Amino acid sequence: MTEQSYQRVKFYQTGTLTVGNRLLDEVNRTVQASMSRSNALTSGHRACQGCGEALGARYALDAAMRATDNQLVAVNATGCLEVFTTPYPETSWQLPWLHSLFGNAAAVASGVAAALRVTGRSHVRVIAQGGDGGTTDIGFGCLSGMFERNDDVLYICYDNQAYMNTGVQRSSATPPTARTATTPAVGPEPGNIFGSGKDLPRIAMAHGIPYVGTASVADLHDLEAKVTRAMGLHGARYIHILVPCPLGWGSDPADTIRVARLATESGLFPLFEAEYGEVTASTPIRRQVPVEEYLRTQQRFAHLFKGDSPDVERIAALQRAADRNIRTYHLLRSAGDER
Amino acid sequence: MNKPFAITLDVGSSLVNHTGSWRTSRPLYVDRLPPCNNACPAGENIQSWLFHAEEGNYRRAWEEIMVNNPLPAIMGRACYHPCETSCNRAKLDSAVNIHAVERFLGDLAIKEDWTVNVEAPPSGKKVLVVGAGPSGLSAAYHLARLGHGVTIMEAGPVAGGMMRFGIPTYRLPRAVVEAEVQRILDLGVELRLNTKVEDIAGTMKDGGFDACFIAIGAHLAKRVDIPAPDAGHILDAISFLHKMETEAEPPKLGRRVVVYGGGNTALDVARTAKRLGDEAVIVYRRTREKMPAHDFEVEEALDEGVTINWLRTITQIDEGSITVEKMELDASGCPRPTGEYETIAGDTVVLALGQNVDTSVIARIPGVTMSRDGVVEVSPNMMTGHQGIFAGGDMVPSERTITIAVGHGKKAARHIDAYLRGAAYQAPPKHELASFDKLNTWYYSDADKMVQPALDLIRRRTTFEEVMGGLDESNALFEARRCLSCGNCFECDNCFGVCPDNAVIKLGPGNRFAFNLDFCKGCGICAQECPCGAIVMIPEDI
Repeated sequence: MTEQSYQRVKFYQTGTLTVGNRLLDEVNRTVQASMSRSNALTSGHRACQGCGEALGARYALDAAMRATDNQLVAVNATGCLEVFTTPYPETSWQLPWLHSLFGNAAAVASGVAAALRVTGRSHVRVIAQGGDGGTTDIGFGCLSGMFERNDDVLYICYDNQAYMNTGVQRSSATPPTARTATTPAVGPEPGNIFGSGKDLPRIAMAHGIPYVGTASVADLHDLEAKVTRAMGLHGARYIHILVPCPLGWGSDPADTIRVARLATESGLFPLFEAEYGEVTASTPIRRQVPVEEYLRTQQRFAHLFKGDSPDVERIAALQRAADRNIRTYHLLRSAGDER
Repeated sequence: MNKPFAITLDVGSSLVNHTGSWRTSRPLYVDRLPPCNNACPAGENIQSWLFHAEEGNYRRAWEEIMVNNPLPAIMGRACYHPCETSCNRAKLDSAVNIHAVERFLGDLAIKEDWTVNVEAPPSGKKVLVVGAGPSGLSAAYHLARLGHGVTIMEAGPVAGGMMRFGIPTYRLPRAVVEAEVQRILDLGVELRLNTKVEDIAGTMKDGGFDACFIAIGAHLAKRVDIPAPDAGHILDAISFLHKMETEAEPPKLGRRVVVYGGGNTALDVARTAKRLGDEAVIVYRRTREKMPAHDFEVEEALDEGVTINWLRTITQIDEGSITVEKMELDASGCPRPTGEYETIAGDTVVLALGQNVDTSVIARIPGVTMSRDGVVEVSPNMMTGHQGIFAGGDMVPSERTITIAVGHGKKAARHIDAYLRGAAYQAPPKHELASFDKLNTWYYSDADKMVQPALDLIRRRTTFEEVMGGLDESNALFEARRCLSCGNCFECDNCFGVCPDNAVIKLGPGNRFAFNLDFCKGCGICAQECPCGAIVMIPEDI
């Protein structure tokens, strides 16, 4: 397992580290670098400044639009993404888009796929999408069913690690120690507790579905390669994208991509791919940073650094989690493998 | 109205919702001044010509150099490249090998016979340039391109000045000098060799010249009085190097040559002597750290077998032996004598202690003033105290390198042009410096510097072949692509890609980007993720 989602171009000034690169062939540039990208999620939406989710959704859907030659339907769970894109009667979506309930996006998407199949239009592909609340908590039953039936749907979870739309309440994707409205930074165990929550990509893998991937808005080439790969397969597929939320995380809106980058470079959010339950590839860390560097960018972790002495115990526990990811997904490769 | 249950409005697009009204600060594309450009004495726009070279558009890159500097192949060899000393990439791995790329472009231009054109209409004005060194040639080139008629009068038998008499052939082959000088003459510049101008005002009047640029350099060797009872063999560095250039047989030095001085000229003499088959010893009164010569030249000289005696002054020169006194540095770093003496073997002493300006001609021009150290005073527009007579290069107060001389020539040409048109030249305002902290270095790939091949040591000790080789095309291209493009957009599409609001408009190759302020919320991600620091956030008036 030393492969990676796509072939990195090593040099040419910035190689494939930037969105585009005038020195590279078109095929080595991202969909986002193209003047003709579909902008599936267009301007005028009401997401906060520096919203990671708005960015992640456009990245993923534009890549899927290109991969399917624009033959695509999106089904949305309730959440920020739904609310900020479709205040009646406006829509920011430039593709057929459907919203039903908070918890049933996977089931509705299964139905849309079935309807397309029986009406002889199986070339039209279906994506279901939602936030971490709609995916890991409220919509979890429907999602597991969709996986179990292997319905021909790509489900994308935009993970901002809490219920941001309703005022930053904890979800089962909220990391330990993070302060939310329901896990205040008080008492002997401030913030979210250790030992709770769900690792949804691994749960998805346990269903033995054709494809599971994790991605980040900080690594666009990697994200697009994974969406393209997923759209090249049929059956139930799952992609989990880390999308920083300046409002809920208490980070600078300008830092959205930087925060996402630190999450992967610290090892806290591993980027990997799995097929039929087995990890097949992971994206190596380029410049490793201690978790502290990531945590310090966000107010939700500010209590770890308050007063005279930082909360070394909890920071060390988070570092152990990052180190475990690094071991599990083989994220630190030798210098020779470095991009 | 036939609408489904509970639906009263038509579907609309969010594009009617101008989220730009939320903004408290707005992004702005800027061009900052890259540190290389800032450091270049000839005012080259290095980042810009590397940008074209990165694409493999070498002709365009070369033309961009030629806007400011008519001698790329010479500069790529003989310039001490302050651009590289200031290169931001040095803080990542190592500086971009700018001079090697410049040399590659310069050599390619010679090989392909590239030329530039005079696009300005003839002005009908005539300018006299005195001295065909780098400064005079540069001024002549720029004046010719600005449409003026130029005549260069040179006292010596060849054009090039210190590029011939100061820089040995193993650093700068003469064919390169000839090719780049010829290209300037091909613009219609007249060159009169062996023409020493004794009376500048008279020559101007007789020839109908409207302005004059004097760049006669500094050719008089500084001397010191050292007792030499047996009349030991003493030479000065400049006449030695001059003879190397002009005489058929190299001057006889004796078996063991002692060079006195610590500048680049001292090293040039020692390395030349070594190549002539002699032993070469440098005597310098301070330490290596304090030596004015460039470190790479010291290194190359030591490699070639030149020995250097630090902290020594010469006190007496006898037949075959030289008495030196040991020095030590005081607290302020100045050398002071210790009273301890030693003797070293030596047949010839070459004094490389610096040069003075020959002021005999200039002193006669009414209005021209000299500073106390014997250089000509000029105003900020390079004009001497005499209307219409300008001066530059080694003869005016500044450091003495060929690149500075070329820069003087350009600057003087612009002011002479303005003077002839009855106007004043206004330099465009400088952009803010693109310092290292303005960059987001995450995005640059790791890439080691391409090094130029060096001639093997045996041949460096015995022949005058060029020491440093050039980069080949693939190496030069690779090296150009190491440029970080500090402070200037290189169209990486990051801003276009990272905007959560699609508020960046891509204008297509070569045209960069624009902001759609109807939708920009002012989050600042574009500025944060711009690799080269070409976006700033400025507050909105609220």
